[in-house]
Order: sequence, then C-alpha cells, then structure tokens
Amino acid sequence: MFDSNSSIIVGLEIGTSKVCAVVGEVSADRVLNVVGVGQSRSRGVRKGEICDPSLCEEDVRQAIVEAEQMADVEIRSVYLGVTGGHLRGFNNRGVHPVASADREISELDVQDVIKNAKAINLPAENHVIHAIRQHFLVDGQDGITNPVGMLGARVEVDVHVLHGNLNRLQNAIRTVKGLQLEVDDIVFNGLASSLTVLTSDQKEMGSLVIDIGGGTTDYVLYSNGIIKHTGVLAVGGDHVSNDLAYGLKVPLSRAEQLKIDHGCALVEDSDKGQSITLANELGMPVKVLSRENLRRIMSLRLEEIFQLIAQDLENSDAFSYERSPVFLCGGGARIPQIAKLAEQVLQVPASIGKTNSINGLKSALDQPEFATAIGLVKFGSFQQRKRGGRLSLSDGIKSTFGQLFKRA
Amino acid sequence: MIDNSPTASPGSSTPLRLFGIGDAGIATLELLLSEGVSPESCIAINSGGPALENSRAQTKLPLELRRLRGLGSGGDPERGRQAAEEKTDELKAICLGAEVVFIIAGLGGGSGGGISPVVARVAKAAGALVLGFVSLPFDCEGSRRQGLAEESLEQLREAADGVVVLPNQKIFKLIEENTTVMETFRITSRLLADGVQGLWRLFSRKGLIEIPTADLVDLLQDRNCQSFFAVAEAAGQDRASKVLDKLLAHPLLDNGEALCESENVLVSLTGGPGLTMAEVSRVMDHIKSRCAAPLTMGAYIEEQMGDRLAVTLVCSIPFKIEGTTGPRAGDLHSHLLDRKPGAKPTSRFVPPAPALAPEQVEQLLSKQARTRPNARSKALSRMRQTHLPLEIVSKGRFDKSEPTIHKGEDLDVPTYIRRGVPLN
Repeated sequence: MFDSNSSIIVGLEIGTSKVCAVVGEVSADRVLNVVGVGQSRSRGVRKGEICDPSLCEEDVRQAIVEAEQMADVEIRSVYLGVTGGHLRGFNNRGVHPVASADREISELDVQDVIKNAKAINLPAENHVIHAIRQHFLVDGQDGITNPVGMLGARVEVDVHVLHGNLNRLQNAIRTVKGLQLEVDDIVFNGLASSLTVLTSDQKEMGSLVIDIGGGTTDYVLYSNGIIKHTGVLAVGGDHVSNDLAYGLKVPLSRAEQLKIDHGCALVEDSDKGQSITLANELGMPVKVLSRENLRRIMSLRLEEIFQLIAQDLENSDAFSYERSPVFLCGGGARIPQIAKLAEQVLQVPASIGKTNSINGLKSALDQPEFATAIGLVKFGSFQQRKRGGRLSLSDGIKSTFGQLFKRA
Repeated sequence: MIDNSPTASPGSSTPLRLFGIGDAGIATLELLLSEGVSPESCIAINSGGPALENSRAQTKLPLELRRLRGLGSGGDPERGRQAAEEKTDELKAICLGAEVVFIIAGLGGGSGGGISPVVARVAKAAGALVLGFVSLPFDCEGSRRQGLAEESLEQLREAADGVVVLPNQKIFKLIEENTTVMETFRITSRLLADGVQGLWRLFSRKGLIEIPTADLVDLLQDRNCQSFFAVAEAAGQDRASKVLDKLLAHPLLDNGEALCESENVLVSLTGGPGLTMAEVSRVMDHIKSRCAAPLTMGAYIEEQMGDRLAVTLVCSIPFKIEGTTGPRAGDLHSHLLDRKPGAKPTSRFVPPAPALAPEQVEQLLSKQARTRPNARSKALSRMRQTHLPLEIVSKGRFDKSEPTIHKGEDLDVPTYIRRGVPLN
C-alpha cells in the first residue's frame, strides 16, 4: 500500500458502455491534479451490473494499463464506483438524550447520536454503501451543522443511507481484486458525479445532478449543502439504442451509431418528413429511415426517464425540488437538446454539468462522461484528507465535505 | 332537470333504474339485489359472459359482438360503445319513465368503459337524472387500462349528471396482506353498492332536513372536481362518535385528509325514529371542524334502521395543479393524469361544458340519438385506427437481463410502444 504522504488516487468506474480509470495526484499543497486517464469499451456489463466477469476483467485491465502508462505510475488500489437498480436510498433519524448535568452537548454525544442514526434494520443480504450525515437537530431546532458546545436536552441527526445487495456489490469488487488491485472503498456513481459537477455553493443552494449513463440513470439531490435524496433508475442510453433498434428495425450497433449521429432529445418541426439514408460499405443506399420517428422514439424514452425521476422526487417527502437547478452528466448529457427536454419535464433550469475544481488535462476531462470517474478520485482525496486528518485539523481547515461525508 | 319527488319508495313502480354494466357492474348489482333492491328496477348489460346469464336482474341486455364471436368486448371500449349504440332503441325503452338512473360499472375494460357513456347519454335524453358509480383499475393493472379508464371516465362525465369515482387503488388500505383477489373485488363491489344505496336514500326517503336534488347534482357535476364518497354505519349508545371515527378512518377519504381539500361536502344522516337532534349536531359539528368547504346536510328517518345511524358523505375534490402539491402515495388519479400520453404537465384544467338550457341539451341529445346510430358508429370506427392487441415485443438487448419493473410497467419495453404512440 501507499504510505500516507504518497498521494496517488485512482477512481475506477466500470460502466455499462465504458470502463474508465482516472489517476489523480495530490500535490504537497493538497491540490488535486489528474495525471492519467485510461478507457476501454465495456462488454460485460448490463444496466450497471456485471453480467460477464471474465470479459469485464479484460476491459478493466485494459483501462488500468492505459491509465498507468499515461500517468506513469503503478496502480495498486482504486476507489470503485458502483450503481445498479438494487441500490436504495432513504433518510433515517437518530436520537440521543444529552446526559450531562449542564446540558452541554459534547463530542461524545455527537458520536452517540450518529451511531444511533446509523443503526438501521436491513435484511442481512444488504450492505450500507454510504451513510451520509445531514443536519443535526437540538431540541427540535433544525439546521444545525455542528452541535458541539450547544445546550440542549435532546440531540437528533438525520443520515441519508444508501444500501444495496451485498452479493451484487461483491461482484464488482471481486472482479477488481482478481486483477491484484485493492479496493479502497466503493462509492455510488451518482454521488461521485455530483462531486465533480457541483461547487459547494451549488450544493448549498440546492441542485439536482442527473447522470445518464449507458445502463442506469443515477441522480442525487442536494439541498442546504446536504444530500437529501439519491436514486438509481436502471434505464439509460442502452435503452435508447434498444428502442431505436426495435422501432426502426435496424441492428443494435447501427442503432447506436444512428443515435450518436442523428439523435436529439426533442422532436422539432423541421424534422417532419426528413429522412436518413443508410448506406452499405460500398456507399449504396440500403435503407431509408424517418428522422422524425428516430427522434420521437428517443424523445419519448428520455422524457420518461425525467418523468420517473420527477415522480420519485415528488414521492420522497419533505422536500420540493422546485427551485433547484438540474445538472446533467454522463454520456446521455451529450444528446443534443437534452437540457431543454429536462427543463420542460422538470420545470427547473437545466444545464450540462461542468467539471469543476480539478487541475490537469482540463480540456480533455471536461466531458460529461468523465464526471463519475473524476468524482471517484475526488471522493478518494477527501477520504485521504480525513484519514491523515490530524494535519488538516490542526490547520483548522475543515472542508465542507469533511463535515458532510462521514463514512460508515 | 326533472322534478324528483323524494317521497318515492323503491317499489315496483319506482322511477329508479339501476344499470349494472360489465362484469364489475353486474357483481355490484347482485350485491344490491341480495339486499332487497327490487329486481324490476335492475338492468344488467354485458357483452356476453356467464355473469350476465346468472344475474338475478329482471332485464338483461346482452350486446352482440359479432366481431369477436362472443368473446366479450376484448378490452376495447370502442367495441363496447359500438355494440351499445346498436341497442339505443332498447335502452331508450328501458329508460322510459325513469326519474333517476344509476350507472354502476368498472372502468378500464371494454364493456364498462364503452357501454356506460352510451347508456348515460340515452338515459339523460329520456329525461332521467343520471348518476354514475364507477371504479377505476388498480395501479398494477398497467397504464394502458388506466388510460382507457381515464378516457371512459371523461366520456361518462360528459354524458351523465354526476359521476362518483372509486379508485380501486385506495382499497389497498382496507385489505390485509392475505386477502384474496376474489375477496378484494368483492370489497370494491361492496363499496360501490354502499355508495349507490347511500345516494339512493337521498332521493327516496322522507327527509327531516332534505337535500335538494339540484344541490346534489351541482356537487357531482363540477367537471374540475373528482367526487368521492364514504358511507359509515354504527349502532349502539355512542353511535354518533363511533360513526364519526369510522368515517374519518375511511380509506376513500385518506384518513379525513380528503375532507380538508374538498371544495364541497354533502353529508346525509339516516337513522331510526330515535335519531336525536344532539346526534345530528355532533356529527355535523365534527365534520365542520374538519373541512373549510361549504357543507350541505340532510337528515333522514327510516323505520328499518332501528338504533343504527348511517352517514353518507360525498365530497368533491378539485384536481391538483401540478407543482403546488405532489401526489400522495396512492393518489391514483394524479398518476393517471401523469401517464396520459401527450398530456402537458400543466394543462390539467378542463374547461366546463358550455352552459345550455336543459331543453336545449335534451333536444341536442335526442337529435344525436335519432340520426342513424349504425351509420354513425361505422363512420367513427373507420376514422379511428386501432393497433393490434397481440403484438409480441421483444426486449432485444435486455431479453435476458433482469427486467426493470416500475409500477407494473416493464421499462425495458420501448416507451413509445407502452404509451401507444404511433410512428408514421
């Protein structure tokens, strides 16, 4: 393993369409630089979950090797991104009575209340991926970020718990371990993406990050600087291609290409009556397709994705997502007009998420599909900062994340 | 509107007609029959099937569906509608002399959804007050059926004087984990029957404090509202508070929440001759404290009630405008609207029907009914293109992976197929 001042952090995302490894280096003044990226096409993954471990292992190896060459380092451990339809998030509240005579809340009380909040009854096959601390309540007073030193009889805390099926999570971990790599931690892909595209201001204001990947759509809702809601919808870009293949009666690979070349999230009036001519390798026309149909099929599918997210957010009580702007990332964010469609369905301003606050390879990395892998590196850097935390504490600089993300 | 005499009793000469349409409607009709409603006033209509043959209703009207060779309506309301149009004359004869017509049906299928609006139209043209009692399908029955139900409900609303809706999804709060499907559907029939009886009381009994028919129709007719009902009964010493508890715990009222949201509430109390004014006022005070809407109340005396006290509550809740309040879990109607293909999220407002004088309406309707119903329906059916019901959708890439099911829909199937959007 690395010793604590060596600071190579690797994020590995085993996605449905691609495997992506990003190598980050934390310099002496604790600035994160991306020094290498490795990618390969993913073949053994469906809907965000591994369905063919041996193929997947090959793809991961290729991506890691590429990243190692580019960064000129040896990768030994990774932060692994996970997703899948089996992931569920919910909010849980822990309560703790303040025992001391003077009613002052001590560090110990805070630790106890967090422990209580994390004591969750889950089936044995489920594993808690994240238990993210939200705000404290002291005697019912809401919105307290650090209650130590306050007076009160009862301290409560909310945590957002994200859990998933242990065996399915293990599949990805085993694949990585099969390559003689250590897994530092597993991180929910949506959470990682949100770290990449949001600044702390945006988290404070409230934002919704939607990562439209190949197999899944992950979303994370921030409000007042905390994570309010997370969700996974096992529908993504693959579904769009599949719909096109079915609707236009073309092979899947051709549908994929059509989606990239002619896809659009909205059907415009100018598309009416337009046609697309498919040619074979000799340049001879073989098939004529309606561009309107192509875009209608895409548009309906994407619209449905946003509608399902909107429904889920509405059903998750306690919060109206009304004002929060939406940031899109993942490969699906490349679809033309997708932000406009999101605006129409969710009725909030929507834009494509930009990669923020990361150095190195700037232009190459500011692509929506790298958001998750970069976010994993960022998550790793926060973790390391916390682990070697004595230093940063003595500096008195506690990052927002240090406060917000306390691992289980 | 007709002048309805509330003193009429449900005897053989009643101006009441109870139409049970489709399997669900007939099942409810049977329940009413076994409770002493006279078979003379009951009419069972269905597009074939054993339910119709076994029905105890005096008049049975089997609709011929030549196209399907006795296989029912095949879940297509258009077929049910056409078949009913062909029987317009017979329906008219049945409705002759009726003052109040109840239409009981389960929407979502071909029979209930297709036939009910036609019957409502014919009955109204014959001069009767037409009230619909319909159930909407469960969430798990899929978005296609819900879309159909929604469409049929809209048509029925246009044709009838008032429609009271029972979203089946709300029954889930009533049933237990091990309740069988048969039992569940029996409960929905039970609820519908309760509603019909509760409303019928308003028309038929001698009232201490009567509810004018016009008020009732007003309440049910508002097109921007959804009408719900709840019936509760209690006996014994503190029957007033017992009946209140039952009423507020009623699943159709969302634990009394519906009361707060409703725009108009109608309360009718029925008791034996021993009904005291104190009880009436206790019930009314309590309900009044729960809702801000104007209350209309009635109190009725019925010898057979003994020491029982029954309260019928009808309330109309305006459709929610999206964005102001999120749909609660189990609020089926807002789900329905969300799913309606092509519906814009904010355009939930349905403008009310143009105000026509009753004579004008009658004239218009009878004219419509007279002009060669056969030719009309044929022309309509030619205009509407239907899609093949037996299309097998392959899931392509996702054939072998775990399906993504959301509220009974398989999301792996292309969206445009599930929503029935035609491609040209």
